[in-house]
Amino acid sequence: MTAALWALVAVPLTAGALLAAAGRRADRYAPGAAVAVAAAVLALAVYAAVERPAAQAPLLAGLPFGLGAYGLSGPVAVTVAAVTLAVLLASVADVGAGEPRARFFGLMLLFSGAMLVTVTATTLPALLMGWEAMGAASWALIGFWWRDPARVEAAGVAFVTTRGADLGLYLAAGAALAGGSAAGTELDGLAGVPAPWLHLLTAGVLVAALGKSAQLPFSFWLSRAMQGPTPVSALLHSATMVVAGAYLLLRLRPLLAASGWGDDAAAWAGAATALTLGLVAVAQTDLKQLLAASSCAQIGFMVLAAGTAATTGGTLQLAAHAAAKSLAFLAAGCWLTAFGARTLPALRGAARRTRGAGAAFTVAALSLAGVPPLALWAAKDVLLAGALEHSPALYAAGVAAAVVSAVYSAKALWYVWHPPGAAEAARESPAAGARVPAGEEPRLPPAEPARVRPAEPSRTPAGKAASAAPADAPGGALQGAPPAGPRDPRADTDTAGPPDRSPAASAVPLPGALSFAVLALAAAGLGVLALPGPRAAVADRLGARGEAAPHAWELVLSAGLALAAAAAVWAWGDRRAPVPARLTSAAAAWLGLEAAARALLVRPVRRLAAALAAFDDRVLDRGVDGLARGAVRLARGVDRRLEGAVDGAVEGVGAAGRALGRLARRPQTGQLHTYLAQAVAAFTVLAAVFVLVR
Amino acid sequence: MTPLVLTAIVFLPAAAAAGLLCLPRAAGRRVVLTVWTAASGAVLALTVALWAGYEHGGGIQYETHVRWIPGAGVGYHVGVDGLSLPLLALTAVLFPACALYALRETRRVREFAALFLLLETTCLGLFAALDLILFFVFFDLSIVAMYFVIAGWGHAGAARAAQKFFLYTFSGSLALLLGFIGLYLAAEPHTFDIVALSAADPLAGRSGYGALVLLAVGLGLAVKTPTVPFHTWLPPAHTEAPAAGSAILAGVLLKMGTYGFLRIAMPLLPGAWRTYALVFVVTGVVSVLYGALVALAQTDFKRMIAYTSVNHMGYVLLAVGAAAALGADTADARRLAVTGATYQMVSHGLLTGALFLLAGALHERGRTYAMDAYSGVAARAPVLAALTGVAVFASLGLPGFSGFVAEFQILAGSLGPRPVATALAALGILLTAALLVRALQGVFLGPLRLPDSPGTPRPFPDLRAHEVASIVPLLALAVVLGVFPRFVLDVIEPFSRTVLELVAR
Repeated sequence: MTAALWALVAVPLTAGALLAAAGRRADRYAPGAAVAVAAAVLALAVYAAVERPAAQAPLLAGLPFGLGAYGLSGPVAVTVAAVTLAVLLASVADVGAGEPRARFFGLMLLFSGAMLVTVTATTLPALLMGWEAMGAASWALIGFWWRDPARVEAAGVAFVTTRGADLGLYLAAGAALAGGSAAGTELDGLAGVPAPWLHLLTAGVLVAALGKSAQLPFSFWLSRAMQGPTPVSALLHSATMVVAGAYLLLRLRPLLAASGWGDDAAAWAGAATALTLGLVAVAQTDLKQLLAASSCAQIGFMVLAAGTAATTGGTLQLAAHAAAKSLAFLAAGCWLTAFGARTLPALRGAARRTRGAGAAFTVAALSLAGVPPLALWAAKDVLLAGALEHSPALYAAGVAAAVVSAVYSAKALWYVWHPPGAAEAARESPAAGARVPAGEEPRLPPAEPARVRPAEPSRTPAGKAASAAPADAPGGALQGAPPAGPRDPRADTDTAGPPDRSPAASAVPLPGALSFAVLALAAAGLGVLALPGPRAAVADRLGARGEAAPHAWELVLSAGLALAAAAAVWAWGDRRAPVPARLTSAAAAWLGLEAAARALLVRPVRRLAAALAAFDDRVLDRGVDGLARGAVRLARGVDRRLEGAVDGAVEGVGAAGRALGRLARRPQTGQLHTYLAQAVAAFTVLAAVFVLVR
Repeated sequence: MTPLVLTAIVFLPAAAAAGLLCLPRAAGRRVVLTVWTAASGAVLALTVALWAGYEHGGGIQYETHVRWIPGAGVGYHVGVDGLSLPLLALTAVLFPACALYALRETRRVREFAALFLLLETTCLGLFAALDLILFFVFFDLSIVAMYFVIAGWGHAGAARAAQKFFLYTFSGSLALLLGFIGLYLAAEPHTFDIVALSAADPLAGRSGYGALVLLAVGLGLAVKTPTVPFHTWLPPAHTEAPAAGSAILAGVLLKMGTYGFLRIAMPLLPGAWRTYALVFVVTGVVSVLYGALVALAQTDFKRMIAYTSVNHMGYVLLAVGAAAALGADTADARRLAVTGATYQMVSHGLLTGALFLLAGALHERGRTYAMDAYSGVAARAPVLAALTGVAVFASLGLPGFSGFVAEFQILAGSLGPRPVATALAALGILLTAALLVRALQGVFLGPLRLPDSPGTPRPFPDLRAHEVASIVPLLALAVVLGVFPRFVLDVIEPFSRTVLELVAR
C-alpha cells in the first residue's frame, strides 16, 4: 500500500527526469510514454485515494519525509493526475512532431509529479520540496520556447515572484521547529505550535500560499505565465501550481483558526482577489489573459473557503475549477493553433467553426459563470455557505465576485459565438481600432506559436506538406501567417473574425477529443457532489463534517444572479462598458501590479546592488590595496629615512673611530725629543693631580 | 582497516607528484595525465573504502599519532570523524574531476599535474589533521600551491591576482598561527594537539585571553572563508585562475576556513565562542546579503559565481554562530543548523566546482566571461546549457539537489535561536535565485549571439566527452545528496551532537 504511494510520486518524477534528460533522441517515444505514465499515475492516485495510505522515510534529523493520501490529499491527488492525463492527451496534437517533445513531456511529468508530492506531503520538508520543485518546473515550461526573450523573461518573473513568496515556507518550517519538538513540522500538528512562533508560522504559510496561488498582490506573475505553450497553461492554471496555495490553506485550516487571525486574513485575501481579479478578467481583450485573471479569481474562492471553514466547498471548487479551466485553455489552444488568434475580437465566431472546441469551451465558460446546474455553481454555494456563517460582508463579497465571474464568462462566450455579420463588420470596421484601443491590448507581445516559435524541422516545406495530419496543425496555420518581422499588435483585431486557414485544424484531434469530453463531463457533472447525500460523503472523506450547508435560497439567489448577469452581458454585446476608461485600462493592465513590484522592489534592489558593487570595488578592494601600498610606502620611508639614519649613525661611529685613530697616531713621531716632551707634560699633569687630590 | 590508510590517502598524491617531477622530460603529455588521473582516482577509491569502513558515531577513527617535534608539543596526529570524512570525500571527488577536465591542457602539463597533486595532499592533510601545527602547515602549503596554479596558468592579470591572493590569505594564516600559539601557551602541559586541547578547554574562565585568541583564529579563518569584509582577494583570484584552479579554490580551499570554525574555534574556545557568537551571526548575515547583492550587479560570469560563494559561505557562518545560542528548547534546532552547515560545505564544493568548470568551458569557447557578449548559447551548445541550467538551479537551492538539504537545515535550525538574522538571511535565497536565473537566461537562452571574433567566426563546439565526464559526476552526486541525504547525514549528525556538547561546556 505504501509502495503505491511512493510510486505515485516517484513514477512521474523519474519518468519525467529521464525523458527530459534524454533530449531529442526520445522525441518519437515521448508522447506515448508520457501518456502511459500519466495513466499509470492516475490509477495509482485513485488506488491511493481509496486505500488512504501514509508513509514516512527519514530525511533530516527528526524531520521525516512524509507522504499520505488521506483527507484532502486523496481527492486532490486524483484531480491532479486526471487533469494531467487529459492535458497530456491533448498536447500530443498541440506540441507537434518537430518540437522537442521529450523535453516538453518530460517537464510536464516533472511538474505534475512535484504537484503530487506537494499535495500528498504530510511534513513540511516534503511539502517544501514538492512546492519549490514545481516552481522550477514551471520556469522551464513557461520558457519552453527559449529562443524568444519575452517568454524567457516571463518565466523568470514567474519563478522569482513565486520563490519570493516561498520564503514564507522556509520561515514557517523554522518557526515550527523552533516552536515545538521536531514533530512540530508534521502538517497535522502545526496548529499546536505555541504562541510567538505560531504567528510567524501562519504568516509564512499565508504568504507562500498567496504567492503560489497568484492571489493579491502576487497576481501579476500569472499574467506573464501565459507566455508558455497553451497545454502548460491548461495544466498550470487548473490542477497544479496555482491551486497549490489554495490546497495548502485548505489543508492547514486548523492552523489558520488556531492563530486567531489567519482565517480572517485568508478569507479576505481570497474574497478581494476573487472580486478584483474578476474585474481584471472582464477588462481583458485577450482570451488567455481573461482566463488567467479568472484563475486568480476562482482560486480566490478556494482561499476564501479555507478562511471560512468550508473545506468541502473549497475542495469541490478546486476539482470543478480544474476541469473547467483546463478545458477552457485546451479550447483556446485549439483556436490559437487553428486561427492564429488569441484576442477576443479576432476570435469572433470561432466556436461556430470548431464545433468540438466550441462546445467544450461553452461548457467550461458556463461552469465558470456559475450557471446552474453546472459544477462551479454548486461548489460556490457550498463554500459561500461557510462565508455566510462567518460574516455577511464576506458572503456579499463572494456573491459579488460570483456575479463578476458570470460577466467575464458571458463576455468570452459572446465573442466566440457571434460571427461578425457582414453589415456589422462594415459598420464597425472603421471603429475597430477604437473599440479595442491599443492601451487595452495587454502589452504582451503577440504570441501565436505558429509565428514566433523557433523554426523547427517540421516547419520546413516538407513538414508543411504533411500538415493534413492533425498533429501538424500548427504547420497548417503557418501557411497563412504573415511574413516574419515585427507584427502589428492589433493585427488580430483588424481581421474581423478568424480566417479559416486550414480545414484540418477546425476539428479537435482524436486523443484530444477524448480528454475534451471527459473534462466537459467533469466540469458539468461534478456538481452532483454538492447534493446533500454525496456532499456528506465527501465531507466525511475530507474529515470536515459539520460544516455549513447552503440554504435553498442561496442556491436560487446565486443561480438567478449568474443567469441575470450573463444575460445582461449577452444583450450588451461588444459595446463599450459604461465605466471610466482609466478604470478599464488599469484593470486591463492587471492593476499595474507588476509595474509596482518593479518600481518598489526590483529597481531599489538593483540600485542597492550596484551601489554595493561600487563600494566593494572602490572602497573595500581599494582599501586593501591601499593597505598594501601603504606597507610598501612605509618600507620605502623606512629605507630612506630610518635606514639612512641608522646607517649614518653607524658610519658616523666608524668615522669618529677613524678620526680618533688619526689623532692617536699624531704623537707617534719616532723622534726622541717629542717623546721626552710628552713624558714631561704627562708627569707634570700627574704631579698636579697628585698634589690637588691629596 | 589499518589506520595507516589515512596517511596513505594523504601522501599518495604528493608521492605521485614527486614521481612526475622525476620523469624524464621526454615523457609525453599522455603519461603525465595518466599518472595524474590514476593517482587522484586511487585516492578516491581509497576514500570510498575509508568511508565504507567508518563506524557512524564512533568518534575519531583511523587515528595515527606519531611524535614529530615533541619538545614543542607538536605531533603527527591524523584521524577522521563526522566532520572531516565528508570533506575528505569531497576533496577526493573534486580532484579527479579537475584532472579529467584538464585533459586538453597543453601548457607545462607536468608541472600543472604535479602542482595539483601537491595541492590535493595539502587539502586532504588539512582535513585529516588533528594537530594545530600540522593543520597550519597544510593550510599554508595549500596557499603556496594555489599561488603557483593561478600565477602560472591563469589569464592575463593572473600575476597580480595571485600575488594578492597569496599575501592576503598568508596574512590571515599568520593571525591563525598567533591564535594557535596562544592556545599552546594556555594549555598545561603545553601542546598543539587538537584532541588534547578540546578535552582540556585551556581557556575556561579566562575571558580576556580567550577573546584575544578567538580574535586571532577568527580573523585568520574569516579571511580564508572568506567573509565580508575580508573577501576582496576572492573575485580577482577566481576571475584570473584557470577553470580547474577555480574549482579547487572555491570547492575545497574555501572550506578550510569554515572547517576551521567547526574544528578549532568552536570546540577549543567554547567560552569565547558563546560570548561572541553574535559577531559571527552578524558577519554571516552580512556575507549572505552583501555577497548576493554584489553578485547581482556583476557583469562577469565567473566573478558573479565568486560572489555567490561569499553568499553561500555566509550561511555556514550564520549556522555556526546561531548554534552557540544556548537553551534547552532549541537543542534540536541548533543541531540541525550545525549539520546543515557541514552539509553546505560539501554541497557548495560540488556545485561551485561544477559551475566553475562550466564557466571555464564557456570561456574556452568564447574567450570572455562578459555575460553581455553571449546570448542563446543553448542553440550551439545544448549540453553545456543544460548542465549549466542544472548547476544553476542546484546552486540556488532547489529541492532534489544537495543545496536545498543544506540551506533548509541551516535556515530552519537557525530561526529558533536567531530569528531576525535568519529571516534576513532567507532573503539571500531569493536574491541568489534572481541573479542566477537572470544570468542563465541572459547567456544561454534567447536569440543566438556569440562574442565577436575578428575574421572567420570562432567555432563554438558543445562540451567534449572529457568535460562531460568531469562535470556530470559532480551534478549527479549533488542529486544523490539531495534525494538520499541520509547516508551523509548519518555521518555528520553524531559530530554535530559532539561539537555542541563541547560548546555548551
